[in-house]
Amino acid sequence: MKMRNPQLNENGELQHLLTIEGLPREVLTHILDTASSFVGVTEREVKKVPLLRGKSVFNLFFENSTRTRTTFEIAAKRLSADVINLNINTSSTNKGETLLDTVDNLTAMHADMFVVRHAQSGAAHLIAQHVPKHVHVINAGDGRHAHPTQGLLDAYTIRHYKKDFTALSVAIVGDVLHSRVARSLIHALTTLGTPDLRVIGPQTLLPTGVEKLGVRVFHDMNAGLRDVDVVVMLRLQNERMRGPLLPSAQEYFKYYGLTPEKLALAKPDAIVMHPGPMNRGVEIDSAVADGEQAVILPQVTFGIAVRMAVMSILAGN
Amino acid sequence: MKTQIQNGRVIDPKHGLDKVQDVYIAEGRIVGLGTAPDGFRPDRVVDAKGLVVMPGLVDLAARLREPGFEHKATLQSEMHAAVAGGVTSLACPPDTDPPLDEPGLVEMLKHRARVLNLAHVYPLGALTSKLEGERLTEMAELRDAGCVAFSQAERPVVDTEVLWRALQYAATFDFAVWLRPQDAFLGKAGVAHDGEVATRLGLPGIPSFAETIALATLLQLARATGTRLHLCRLSTAEGVEMVRKAKEEGLKVSCDVGAHHLHLSEMDLGYFDTHCNVMPPFRSLRDRDALREGVREGVIDAVCSDHTPLDEDVKQMPFGESEPGATGLELLLPLTLKWAQESKLPLVKALARVTCDPARILGIDAGHLGLNAVADVCVFDPEGWFKVSPETLKSQGKNTPFLGYELPGRVRYTFVAGHLCYEAA
Amino acid sequence: MITTLPEAEALYAKLLEQLRPRVRPETAMVGIYTGGVWLAERLHADLDLRVPLGAIDISFYRDDFHQSGLKQDIKRSHIPFEVNDRHILLVDDVLYTGRTVRGAMNELFDYGRPASIELVVLVDRGGRELPICAQYVAETIEVPAGRMLVLDRDASGRLSLRYDDERAQ
Repeated sequence: MKMRNPQLNENGELQHLLTIEGLPREVLTHILDTASSFVGVTEREVKKVPLLRGKSVFNLFFENSTRTRTTFEIAAKRLSADVINLNINTSSTNKGETLLDTVDNLTAMHADMFVVRHAQSGAAHLIAQHVPKHVHVINAGDGRHAHPTQGLLDAYTIRHYKKDFTALSVAIVGDVLHSRVARSLIHALTTLGTPDLRVIGPQTLLPTGVEKLGVRVFHDMNAGLRDVDVVVMLRLQNERMRGPLLPSAQEYFKYYGLTPEKLALAKPDAIVMHPGPMNRGVEIDSAVADGEQAVILPQVTFGIAVRMAVMSILAGN
Repeated sequence: MKTQIQNGRVIDPKHGLDKVQDVYIAEGRIVGLGTAPDGFRPDRVVDAKGLVVMPGLVDLAARLREPGFEHKATLQSEMHAAVAGGVTSLACPPDTDPPLDEPGLVEMLKHRARVLNLAHVYPLGALTSKLEGERLTEMAELRDAGCVAFSQAERPVVDTEVLWRALQYAATFDFAVWLRPQDAFLGKAGVAHDGEVATRLGLPGIPSFAETIALATLLQLARATGTRLHLCRLSTAEGVEMVRKAKEEGLKVSCDVGAHHLHLSEMDLGYFDTHCNVMPPFRSLRDRDALREGVREGVIDAVCSDHTPLDEDVKQMPFGESEPGATGLELLLPLTLKWAQESKLPLVKALARVTCDPARILGIDAGHLGLNAVADVCVFDPEGWFKVSPETLKSQGKNTPFLGYELPGRVRYTFVAGHLCYEAA
Repeated sequence: MITTLPEAEALYAKLLEQLRPRVRPETAMVGIYTGGVWLAERLHADLDLRVPLGAIDISFYRDDFHQSGLKQDIKRSHIPFEVNDRHILLVDDVLYTGRTVRGAMNELFDYGRPASIELVVLVDRGGRELPICAQYVAETIEVPAGRMLVLDRDASGRLSLRYDDERAQ
């Protein structure tokens, strides 16, 4: 039974970024502040800094995602790192090479940093416990468990528009049960002191004991959105739209989709966020997605800066 | 070989005995307690000063991996692990490959075990053919081949009509049926207890009612059929209550719990420790405490190891992909002792749950040190603490959540039918 | 060479007078955080420079990143003018090994190609590890081994110099 937080090295510094849970407020704030400096870099003509020159970053994606992988690639290249992309089909892994064998082979090829996305919760932890001391692991999403860089970029976005976490009301809407984005954002906001954090969804899409994470549960979206400052819409996967969890996308949209009418229940200057990609007409109406209150595109820019910040902080520890 | 075990503290829960005295063994049986029989001249004298002399442990669930899973472990390695843990009688579930649904397979297993001449092996026969839950097995033939009861191991019988008829058929011959209460559908994609920890870790959950709903079905059917029903590996507080009420009503029901479940809960999953991936899962602290109390009171009749040796490869995977199960033969006694110490229960009462009580459920004359009993004896050092590590475990399975723990109760000698099968180095 | 610490305000006045005859309308100035920016803010105002003041944080260009990691309080670099073909005065408080200036120059070159860079420092304490020198220096001071020379600014904006231990940096 290992009890030391596997994200920290013996000096208590961040060795890996696996989950936001358990990280102190100062660490999160340091990442957000560093990201702010990197936003400045992304606005220059030469968008590179030499921090990770000579280092190799391996994107180890066991689950497909062009978007996330691309932002990590851009972030690493802007730090002057060498980037290798590996899209590993799980079926070829089943043909014999285990996850850890794959990692060992890549470490032997002088990988300094792994960015890992996997369909199973805990995959990044497993890899982090296995790699040698000089290698850093960033979790780019493991099953339903965590997506810490997304949680951080969402927190950054909120800070950018709303400034003070301790005076906010934030609602997360949708399939929290299957969402690593929701879990990471909940940990980030509770650590950063958000007093009113809400989850909104049908019972079938909310995990057991979710209130223990520090959120208020709403099944009625109208009640849940009242006077909130931030609305975060979660993506609903196709497979979940018809089955034991939900009857149809249409009924879901009627009760849990974000329309201009429902958005009007929030504060007039409320912002709308979505981790992407969006299902227009399922969780969000086009009018809202393209409207003034949506900050979905800036989230992407902030995402690169946040990932640059995470990579530099880890590489320097 | 005539053996005298000298100066040991003899604890025999069945007879309420806890006394320092000698034990005399001849021709594979206990021939004297305290006083030597006339003219007894020992060929071997074992000095058990400071040690506890108890009946060999009776383990209701140990997977020996033969036939079919020899890459995980072999009969030989696991039988050695058994006697190293002081276990002299064990029941093995039918989920071998092929499953134990043919008399020939059962005979072969019994024969292999006899040849090794270590612990006594009591195979459980498959309740349904290939464990698929559709057709009944030839239970009477299987009993004649040596099966002591019938089980589905981890496979639920989905069709309740088949389940009812299987229980009826078994009751016809007064065969006992051993089943783990688990609904076939609820939480079938789950890998951990559906609660706070699974939510935090993002692991699909198995709710408590997956056990209690199945338990309610089984108890109703047992009431209707009069079958002797043994419920395997309880994991919920509600489950314990349901068994208590069933016993009060007079149903022929017994149950066991895995030794690991007396100590661990969902909190021990930590950072996705796959050694804590077991079935049924470790549930809440409240459930764990109810299980401990249930064993103390005797509502839960027996503690077993649920020994499931696995190679490290299937554990060195993300939690949801890892295979569930923990090695346990060598930890049954230490974990029971640890529980007894923490519950402040005297050994003469606590050790009943791994000796005479499981023997009663198996329907065998074992688990006690009465005069003329088969000399299955375990001698252990109650002050002997050992560190659980891959080096100290004899089983081929090193997969236990207790790796690195110091546990009490180092076994020094194990006798099976008077024959010294194990002696600590 | 002087070993007791002089008044920083006096040194500032000296520096200002050195620079005054040399600045042109198109002269740009960039301060290095933090002490260099304090100095540059004062110089920029006192010299009445037209081109807006730039400020850079060299945290992303340090050569000791792999030993020491990223420091905590990183400020955002801001160059509000076109660097290409510009004559730039780069301002720092204390010139020591020369590594900070090397990093600052690397960063400036990521913004464009200056026509020239001249270095302005309040104090040169020697101990160079790279071939860097300042064109404008108020004073050269010998600092005892193991000690750092630090510029402070109080609430009223008054500058002062003090010694600190190397480790405190």
